[in-house]
Amino acid sequence: MKLTLKIWRQANSEAKGNMITYPIDGVDGDMSFLEMMDIVNEGLINKGEEPVEFDHDCREGICGACSMMINGQPHGPQRLTTTCQLHMRKFNDGDTITIEPWRAAGFPVIKDLIVDRSSFDRIQQAGAYVSVNTSGNTQDANSIPVEKAKADEAFHSATCIGCGACVAACKNASAMLFTSAKVSQYALLPQGEVEATDRVMNMVRQMDMEGFGNCTNTGACMIECPKGIKLENIARMNREYLKAETLG
Amino acid sequence: MSALVKSSLARKWVMALSGLFLVVFLTQHFVINITSVFAPDTFNEISHFMGYNPMVQFIAQPILIIGLIVHFIMGIVLELKNRSARPIKYAKFSGNANSQWVSRNMIITGLVVLAFLGLHMYDFWAEEIGYKYISANPEDPTRYYEELVHKFAPFWRTIIYVIANVLLAMHLWHGFNSSFQSMGAKAINKGDGLRKFTYAWSVIIPAGFIFIALFHHFSHS
Repeated sequence: MKLTLKIWRQANSEAKGNMITYPIDGVDGDMSFLEMMDIVNEGLINKGEEPVEFDHDCREGICGACSMMINGQPHGPQRLTTTCQLHMRKFNDGDTITIEPWRAAGFPVIKDLIVDRSSFDRIQQAGAYVSVNTSGNTQDANSIPVEKAKADEAFHSATCIGCGACVAACKNASAMLFTSAKVSQYALLPQGEVEATDRVMNMVRQMDMEGFGNCTNTGACMIECPKGIKLENIARMNREYLKAETLG
Repeated sequence: MSALVKSSLARKWVMALSGLFLVVFLTQHFVINITSVFAPDTFNEISHFMGYNPMVQFIAQPILIIGLIVHFIMGIVLELKNRSARPIKYAKFSGNANSQWVSRNMIITGLVVLAFLGLHMYDFWAEEIGYKYISANPEDPTRYYEELVHKFAPFWRTIIYVIANVLLAMHLWHGFNSSFQSMGAKAINKGDGLRKFTYAWSVIIPAGFIFIALFHHFSHS
């Protein structure tokens, strides 16, 4: 398979980047997108050029590290998959593929396709936890009854891998799907109720401070999320926030 | 309470609440106007009541204008803030792959509807104010139907009303159901009932206004 890649190159966070075109030959349909990028980089290294920097770790759709805007879609055209799970068979011989980093004020570019997603860490640190006394008296996991449907929903919300595709897909660069998933996974469980007020207030405040946009309910985040995190989480966060603001 | 005013979620509620208020207003506006098609006398009666009742004139009307201004200003504020949240645009962005055009372009449909409101206010509201308060004409409970029919006589104005209501339908299509999502309504995500209702309403009300405009244009031309 012969492809033409248009890749965003940016030397560092201060530099002005631009799109560079790279023709590539010998791409196999069974390769993952990241393996194809490895071939691009091998070629560049052999020519003595700087390889394209991109984030990756587990390469099996779990870690949330890989983050590429492929032909205008986060993680490419295949639903419910990360970039590392995307295979080149989804493309045709002769295609031109545009590859860019996530674009958001809350995700500044570090180099090439790598963005700084520490804003997500700070949002989590603001409240996405349950304070537990770990002095040695560990409770039995089943000592607090949890409704099956709520446990399932909480687990589903907790499958968010924090990759940032929701922000990348949103026309407003809003981080509400991510934040709401983290709020929801605790709001749905009795263990999370104690700190519910502070959690949602602090996490929303942090989210706003990071410079993300406002959600306008386009639903693009849910469609592009590799884990299928639902828009329902955002409605839940809105309820939790209203409850926290009015009832305290 | 200050966080409520500053936060992104509070901005969503302001947008949603003012939008829902305008949907309620549109509905009553439509119910009144549709009487002009089959009962001109009833239309005259209601219009006269709306035009001279002090509760409507000095309480409901200012609230409506405030609601409209709040919705407009918050829409602009949100648009500007959202644009600044992505300072560098994508070279390629496939919005159609994951969202409806109307949901991504509320500012366009909203501004067109706002521009139309300028014409609409000039056509009916400004003229009414002139009749009552500037020319100080006496009350005439029989004039409203004739004035309405007269307005829809020119083809160009009828076409503008038709186009504006198509844009209004597009705006409502996303805005009406979105307002429930912003308010955190569970029902919008549980089953399709509320969602289908909002979609149906978004088409029925503007289609009704279009029907009224076309009816008066063609039945009196």
